[in-house]
Amino acid sequence: MFYETIRLALQAIIRNLLRSFLTVLGIVIGVAAVIALVTVGQGSTDQVEADVTALGTNLLMIKPGQASQGPGSTTGSAASLTVKDVDAIETQIARVRVATPTSARSMTAIYGNENHATSVTGTDNRYLVARDWEIAFGRSFYDSELRAGAAACIIGDTIRAELFGNGDPLGAAIRLKQISCRVIGVLEARGASSFGTDQDDLILLPIRTFQHRIAGNQDVDLIYAAVNENASTEKAKADIERLLRERRRISAGEEDDFNVFDMKQISSMLTGITTVLTSLLSAVAAVSLFVGGIGIMNIMLVSVTERTREIGIRLAVGATEGQVLLQFLVESIVLSLIGGLIGIILGLVLALIGVRILAVPFAPDPTIIGVAFLFSAVVGVVFGYFPARRAARLDPIEALRHQ
Amino acid sequence: MTDKVAGKATEDRQAAPLIHLEGVSKIYGQGEAKVYALRGIDLVIQSGEFAAIMGPSGSGKSTAMNIIGCLDTPTEGHYRFGGVEVGGLGRDQRALLRRNFLGFVFQGYNLLARTSALDNVELPLIYQGVPAAKRKSMALEALAKVGLAGRESHDPSQLSGGQQQRVAIARAIVTRPDVILADEPTGNLDSARGEEIMDLLTALNRDEGITIIMVTHEPDMAEYADRLIRFVDGRVESDVRNPVRN
Ligand SMILES: Nc1ncnc2c1ncn2[C@@H]1O[C@H](COP(=O)(O)OP(=O)(O)OP(=O)(O)O)[C@@H](O)[C@H]1O
Ligand SMILES: [Mg+2]
Repeated sequence: MFYETIRLALQAIIRNLLRSFLTVLGIVIGVAAVIALVTVGQGSTDQVEADVTALGTNLLMIKPGQASQGPGSTTGSAASLTVKDVDAIETQIARVRVATPTSARSMTAIYGNENHATSVTGTDNRYLVARDWEIAFGRSFYDSELRAGAAACIIGDTIRAELFGNGDPLGAAIRLKQISCRVIGVLEARGASSFGTDQDDLILLPIRTFQHRIAGNQDVDLIYAAVNENASTEKAKADIERLLRERRRISAGEEDDFNVFDMKQISSMLTGITTVLTSLLSAVAAVSLFVGGIGIMNIMLVSVTERTREIGIRLAVGATEGQVLLQFLVESIVLSLIGGLIGIILGLVLALIGVRILAVPFAPDPTIIGVAFLFSAVVGVVFGYFPARRAARLDPIEALRHQ
Repeated sequence: MTDKVAGKATEDRQAAPLIHLEGVSKIYGQGEAKVYALRGIDLVIQSGEFAAIMGPSGSGKSTAMNIIGCLDTPTEGHYRFGGVEVGGLGRDQRALLRRNFLGFVFQGYNLLARTSALDNVELPLIYQGVPAAKRKSMALEALAKVGLAGRESHDPSQLSGGQQQRVAIARAIVTRPDVILADEPTGNLDSARGEEIMDLLTALNRDEGITIIMVTHEPDMAEYADRLIRFVDGRVESDVRNPVRN
């Protein structure tokens, strides 16, 4: 009997193939959207975590400013950090292997007829150590260059490609606004980060050069501190906080006017953004599922009216209310399950395209797929029940008379 | 509960008449718009009879057939089928009576469209829960009995009116019912085709002992029955043995 009911439902669906397809379109779109969004979202989250791990989980970032500001936010009124702070952190805290100052601006780099907008960072050789970055060719800064604030620069691989193509950049002079700086080295290529930002799109200058000739102050925007391999990041963070409070003369009970972020924090913040986005878009998709359910209800009601005579015949030969109810309920469930199945396949295809474009891993979640499938069945039951009940309660005589 | 209904019907078969209407009235509408379709019908039909019901249009023939066929219940009076008071049964219990003891043949055939003759005939067996293989053999047997062997895969649209009506008869007899209710079964057919249907019904009555109650407007068709009941204005006006057949 149950097998018969399924067969009957499939027959009815196939008889009106185009209409059936249009009916389930809402469910297809809803399910596909959920699957695609969640899959791509999960991929990006995985990628961010992988990137942060690659950047070094033992890296700390220190910024001036009140707490509860993200690492990307600009400094408030708090006193800035200095190169002396960097040296103090590196020499006085045993858990810190190396610390480096950085200050950055967006600028246009010009060479010959080529120009390219990029980020110019003032730092020193410790930057390369902290970020575990090798020079592909050329060299790092000489001490004399760092001390004197010489106009020497190390460029990322993208700058090399944009400004010099296949030419040799070493010794060439790049224009950065009013300064002309000589290229002394090229960093090894790193590729894109999780957000599609190109890590190789940067120019490094000695911090002193940057402070004197670009920023016009002695500030350090951001300090990177790499923690020793087997030391605890938590403890290193506490050490830095204690040291900076002392150096900045913050009395007990007063709040920090600087922030120390560890990469785990940054990672969870970034993945938090992805999660919020994913759930927001999923809510939109859920609405689409609901609309899809109403579409099913609508078409099932039409179907019941159209098939009134058929229902009359079935009742006349002895179908019970329950049997007719089951028939139409199974039909709407099968219909919405087919919609769900198409939606899952479509969603996975869209997700595959999405992860290609965003260059993140493809991470389909079987739980979400299962939930989506179950949810489409629920839609079928909920929105199919009312039309099915209407069919089951028809008066056989009236139904048989129906034209 | 359902088995009890079926069981009781079987048990009481011997004692009570198969079909027993006692003061049955059917009233449609309320107040001013009240229509008396039946006005106190008394009627007994015994197992094995072949009864024809005639009468002018609107005299309540179809209304009576619907009540006898357990598709409807009387507004007043009692209808007992095999001793079971049908008025006291719910929708599903009446569905079970139809499924197990009654077969219907309609003027307009009422076959499922775009469904093969075989599937149409199997329909009541599906609701009886007969397994697929048995269902098929029973349906094929019924189709052969109405002379449609070899047509089982045809859709109603591929069959003539007479053939469609024979599929409907096959569907009515496939469950081996006690009664076949036929409301103007030859109404849409020419007289030759009509006579074929009547021969078929007569054979089923004579050879299988199936009780047949048939509504017709055509005296020629009524001749096949062995009892003639005449309705006028919701009442039984006359009820006679067929002088030709007996
Ligand atoms: N559902 C209904 N609602 C209201 N009135 C009805 C309904 N069904 C039947 N009637 C009325 O009951 C009366 C008897 O109808 P019925 O269909 O039984 O007549 P009939 O003898 O079968 O006629 P015909 O020979 O034309 O088929 C008619 O007056 C009809 O209008
Ligand atoms: Mg009638």
